[in-house]
Amino acid sequence: MKIAVLIKQTFDTEAKIVVKEGKVDPSGVNVIINPYDEFAIEEALRIKEKVGGEVVVFSAGSDKVTESLRKALAMGADRAVRVELDGVAVDEGVVAEALAKAVGEGNFDLVLTGWLAIDDRSAQVGVRVAEILNLSQINMVTQLELADGKLTGSREIEGGMEVVEVPLPALITAQRGLNEPRYPSMKGIMQAKKKELKVVNASDLNISAQPKVEVKDVFLPKAKEAGKIYKDDMADAVSALVKALREEAKVI
Amino acid sequence: MAKVWVILEAQDQKIKKVSYEMIGLAKQLGDVEAVLLGSGVSSLAQEAGEYGVSKVFVADCAELKDYTTAKYTRVLADLIQKKKPEIVLVANTSQGRDFAPRVAQRIGAGQISDVMDYQEGQFIRPVYSGKAFFKVSPCACPAIVTVRPNVFPAAEKCGGSCLVEEVAASFSADDLKAIVKEVVKQVSSRPELTEANIIVSGGRGMKGPENFAILEEMADVLGAAVGASRAAVDSGWRHHSFQVGQTGKTVSPSLYIACGISGAIQHLAGMGSSKVIVAINKDPEANIFKVADYGIVGDLFEVVPMLTAEFKKLLS
Ligand SMILES: Cc1cc2nc3c(=O)[nH]c(=O)nc-3n(C[C@H](O)[C@H](O)[C@H](O)COP(=O)(O)OP(=O)(O)OC[C@H]3O[C@@H](n4cnc5c(N)ncnc54)[C@H](O)[C@@H]3O)c2cc1C
Ligand SMILES: Cc1cc2nc3c(=O)[nH]c(=O)nc-3n(C[C@H](O)[C@H](O)[C@H](O)COP(=O)(O)OP(=O)(O)OC[C@H]3O[C@@H](n4cnc5c(N)ncnc54)[C@H](O)[C@@H]3O)c2cc1C
Repeated sequence: MKIAVLIKQTFDTEAKIVVKEGKVDPSGVNVIINPYDEFAIEEALRIKEKVGGEVVVFSAGSDKVTESLRKALAMGADRAVRVELDGVAVDEGVVAEALAKAVGEGNFDLVLTGWLAIDDRSAQVGVRVAEILNLSQINMVTQLELADGKLTGSREIEGGMEVVEVPLPALITAQRGLNEPRYPSMKGIMQAKKKELKVVNASDLNISAQPKVEVKDVFLPKAKEAGKIYKDDMADAVSALVKALREEAKVI
Repeated sequence: MAKVWVILEAQDQKIKKVSYEMIGLAKQLGDVEAVLLGSGVSSLAQEAGEYGVSKVFVADCAELKDYTTAKYTRVLADLIQKKKPEIVLVANTSQGRDFAPRVAQRIGAGQISDVMDYQEGQFIRPVYSGKAFFKVSPCACPAIVTVRPNVFPAAEKCGGSCLVEEVAASFSADDLKAIVKEVVKQVSSRPELTEANIIVSGGRGMKGPENFAILEEMADVLGAAVGASRAAVDSGWRHHSFQVGQTGKTVSPSLYIACGISGAIQHLAGMGSSKVIVAINKDPEANIFKVADYGIVGDLFEVVPMLTAEFKKLLS
């Protein structure tokens, strides 16, 4: 099995957001592999451990994302590819085309991605890549099985679960519940330093897409006014709260 | 006026609430037409007419009984390319977020995801877990916009009727490759988490799975859904489909009652857009009080049953 995994580097979930000159300021922020992409890496490694093959991780971004690619290699991926987007005007469609072109040369049986990047939150790139590469998809998968060249994935739907079967090659986007990602071992970290990390320039990929949406502004939510907090006498607190919910907030 | 499409979502032969919310938004944007896909759904089309939709395109055939990405993408992409709407609204639900980017990619469109507001020609969507917002506008036609449920006011019934145009659907072998093996519905009398108007949520402070019974009791009095923090899910007390937060569900109910939840940033990411937040926590310093509109500092095992009793009095 040849498996490609797409990983995005994102801000740490604790990161404080600062807006500077109309953009989110990345300086001094800790970065992590997007949590959903860690599930994707883990699932790829588990499949490889079962049926053999190769796991290749891809990330589009500047030299900074090398750190995340190395971490994926330390977890057990075999090779990494970084797609340099410098100088390219991007939106989700452009990023997807760049990644699809980089992945497309590899004849992969399976592509794994996260369902959403927790920073830009568009939940588009995985699905767009599936469309470009003409792959069947199962989105937001919480359980995955591989047998006889077919994938069976469970995905959450409103009020239940849906089980979908698709033939390979296919693309799966990972949702929490799929697995528990491993930590890199010391040995893995040492080995990762020697593994191949290739850089592909977006300008060599013949990208045809142009940005179709434009971010006009970034703003922070208004600070919330202090709420009404009741304490001491619980019976009083409860009746005051219920009264406020009915008469003031009008939500019950 | 711009031609704006709403892709209606129906379930169990009923048009879902989010569809009416999208019609409400669409009316601000231009002339509203709608699309309905499924099997045996034709009779639902007229209903949309009563909400101010001028025309409904209906693709009604046996193949569309089960939702699959490929089949929906085929029908919608073909139809959009033929009829050329300028904006296409899709519900940000498990279904909508599955096909929308695929349709967008096929027709070469941009997509603006998880929109929560519309102001002065720009769509507003949360980024960085709701710690910031982008104002986004499309710079090409058509544009696909996915709309967060429970945020926009639903369109009011205004009477009237609409034209219904039947759309023939035809599929290639590739479109039929994915097979839905099983749909498991949780039998629950409670509303679905992302659609609920009121959510009662429990965290590590619940101390054990059995104690969620007191939240369920409150929920049933309020007609609410029951959510959980990741700590409660990781402890195995609740299934992860009930987790609220950055790596769980994003919810926007009108009332969110957090019981024994500290208010970690990753939890707030999932419920910070709730209209009214109530916190019940014994620690006055808990972070959840910083975002709460109302709160009680106290032992939830004492407060929750009292609150339930008070709600019961009021609502019965
Ligand atoms: C108008 C506009 C301008 C922008 N300008 C910039 C810019 O100048 N610089 C910039 O860095 N970003 C920019 N962005 C953000 C960039 O477009 C998005 O990060 C990108 O489109 C991916 O979308 P997303 O992060 O929402 O990912 P999603 O669609 O939410 O991601 C889903 C999955 O796709 C995969 N994935 C997503 N992105 C990557 C990636 N980069 N590498 C590998 N896998 C990935 C991951 O598996 C992820 O879990 C801009 C966005 C817009 C709309
Ligand atoms: C990448 C990442 C993603 C994450 N995603 C999520 C997510 O999606 N959702 C999520 O919820 N978390 C998420 N987390 C975890 C998050 O950081 C917190 O650990 C978690 O939310 C804590 O859950 P809690 O509030 O239930 O528990 P705690 O933080 O332990 O808080 C328990 C609270 O209960 C109170 N309490 C205890 N007993 C009582 C009592 N008898 N009466 C009243 N109050 C009482 C305590 O005062 C305390 O405030 C994520 C973390 C990471 C790193």
